[in-house]
Amino acid sequence: MSVSQAISVDRPPPQARGWSRTRIVGYALVGLWILFGLGILAYLIYAWNGEFFARYAPAYLQGLWTTLSLVAISMVVGAIFSLPVTYGRMSKSRFLSGLAYCYVYFFRGTPLLVQVYLVYYGLGSFRLQLESIGLWWFFREAFNCGVFAFALNTAAYQAEILRGAIESVPRGQWEGAASLGLHKLQTLRKVVLPQAFIVALRPYGNELVLMIKASAIVAIITVYDLMGNAKLAYAKSFDFQAYVWVAIVYLVMVEILRHGVEWIERRITIHLKR
Amino acid sequence: MPAQSIWTLLSWGPEGWSDDIAYGALVTIALALATLPIGLTIGFFVAWAKQSEEPSLRVAANIYTTVFRGLPELVTLFLFFFGMPILLQYVIRLFKPDATVDVDSFIAGMIVLSLIFSSYASEVFLSAFRAIPKGQYEGGYAIGLSTWLTMRKVILPQLLRIAFPGLENCWLSLLKDTALVSVVNLAETLRNAGVAARVTKHAFLFYSVAALVFLVLAILSSIATGFILRSLGRREAR
Repeated sequence: MSVSQAISVDRPPPQARGWSRTRIVGYALVGLWILFGLGILAYLIYAWNGEFFARYAPAYLQGLWTTLSLVAISMVVGAIFSLPVTYGRMSKSRFLSGLAYCYVYFFRGTPLLVQVYLVYYGLGSFRLQLESIGLWWFFREAFNCGVFAFALNTAAYQAEILRGAIESVPRGQWEGAASLGLHKLQTLRKVVLPQAFIVALRPYGNELVLMIKASAIVAIITVYDLMGNAKLAYAKSFDFQAYVWVAIVYLVMVEILRHGVEWIERRITIHLKR
Repeated sequence: MPAQSIWTLLSWGPEGWSDDIAYGALVTIALALATLPIGLTIGFFVAWAKQSEEPSLRVAANIYTTVFRGLPELVTLFLFFFGMPILLQYVIRLFKPDATVDVDSFIAGMIVLSLIFSSYASEVFLSAFRAIPKGQYEGGYAIGLSTWLTMRKVILPQLLRIAFPGLENCWLSLLKDTALVSVVNLAETLRNAGVAARVTKHAFLFYSVAALVFLVLAILSSIATGFILRSLGRREAR
């Protein structure tokens, strides 16, 4: 068969893009979103209040900083703490793996809000005991309690992420490294972890986003993070735009992070693309 | 306050708090169960829109998930709990000038949790949609089923089976998210445990009980889903 014959195959005519029902529904829904967005915009313009902005914008910035530092500290502390938990989860010892499993199950099975309450109000009721061992100064601050609860919580999630990533590396990698005479720790550091981190990047990114979102609940235990300042602004001014602004800030923050993680993932998996 | 033993505090009846927390647990379950069908339905339609060939539908669905997955649950809850009365009042006052609107925290919680649950469930449904071969649709059309009937009779049964494990995760996080509604004064598990903690000054005890309730609910759900999964598997084998 010659080339010209192959090209002159009769193709069905392209389907006309008329106003099918799905298209009408789609346009209507997009229209609704546009209306909604315009509504929010109109509300913000209508409710624009220079005094409100001047008074609370610095507080929001302060709150943003509190939120970011809370998330950053608890992510890092959680990452460190997730190492022994991961070790326990992957250990062959029944006792260790059972212990780590219970830890992970507890922190993933109960609401973060309950955990935060347990630390802030629950440990707070052991004030005398905490004072006697000299830890009261730490648990006195709501911020520290938040960091403590968040770090324990994210350690459980991060341990699962790390375990999944390490287990996703084929056994042959371990065996190959062992046959080259690398010992376990070297294998882990030079062979397994670099491959595991590619797998783990997206879940870690998701965890970071989840933490930022979850961090709003520390507002309930009187930490003045972004949400806490919004609550305060609303309580003082009864102006609903307090919550609209905070929603916009959170949304922008989460979107930037999500796209950032996607960008990094595209960069570091370039060598895997065919 | 007379010294009360832990067992008195945890007893059933006027002295103890077990009945209050058990009642709260029922509210938690009711809230989660009331949210589930709404969230599943919206989630299914959003996923359907996301894998549609019509770009405008995809855009609308993507905005939906971006917004409700991007906003913190607490912020969404506050937006609705405080914003909905203002909006409703504004609308209703057009007809009845002296009306006041109060939003029930159960309803507000239900709406917000449905929005959040559906946006997560839609991602699960979407990946299940992608796992179903195109031939299934074509087969449906070939025997003369309409788009809707193909979806209902051919695609949906397979979709649910594929999506089930992912939906289980969504359900578990829904159960945990119900705790947030305690912040707007819904008398559910955590709220009642908090009242008990404040009254008796045994905060650690009662918050542990609340944590235990949530753990038990999670364990019960995994038993139930295991049961459903097994029966699904059996039907497939037949």
